[in-house]
Amino acid sequence: MLTLTVQYFAILREQRGLTRETLTTAAATPTALYAELRARHAFTLPADRVRAAVNDEFVPATHPLRDGDRLVFIPPVAGG
Amino acid sequence: MSFSLSPDPLDPAALARALADPRAGACVTFEGWVRNRNEGQPVLSLDYEAYALLAAKEGARIVAEAREKFPLLAVHCVHRVGHLQLGELAVWVGVTAEHRGAAFDACRYLIDEAKARVPIWKKEHYASGATAWINCATRGDFADAQP
Repeated sequence: MLTLTVQYFAILREQRGLTRETLTTAAATPTALYAELRARHAFTLPADRVRAAVNDEFVPATHPLRDGDRLVFIPPVAGG
Repeated sequence: MSFSLSPDPLDPAALARALADPRAGACVTFEGWVRNRNEGQPVLSLDYEAYALLAAKEGARIVAEAREKFPLLAVHCVHRVGHLQLGELAVWVGVTAEHRGAAFDACRYLIDEAKARVPIWKKEHYASGATAWINCATRGDFADAQP
């Protein structure tokens, strides 16, 4: 099991009702963790529309998670 | 100067003055404004939210790419965060170069890449009272199908 911090922004922040949380998970990748959180919190965005960042850097969806990582799931961006 | 976020209103004249350089023959700037309609819906105001640490990193990478691709003298991009009213300046891009071709091309590159890659999100507040996070619809036509 890993202990991770997840930070939420924009639509995910609103749907989760939090800006960050620390959680324990068996998920080994961002994709697996997003699936777990989406099921728990009814996030509307499907996994293929969300990117992941670990410790403030973009990572592939299959990036191996490590204990203590800080994760952000990035909804489709819309600057400008 | 490269890429920054601002919680405060932007002053385009001051931003352009900061690029002043006697070597520059061209200064091209882009201003993104808050518009009163999107996809046919009347818009009253916007919220911009950023993942500041990664936005700064990705913005700096885009600026470095532009400097690699085009012969530039200076580059600055700044994006607002927070609640913005109609007509407010949401994003400002300014580049200087010896000649106009590089300045036009780099300015276009910077704003296009920033919109596509920097983790900033926009929530629209509509006249109907509804709100929506842009590009985050999960049914119907996705707004991000357009460039």
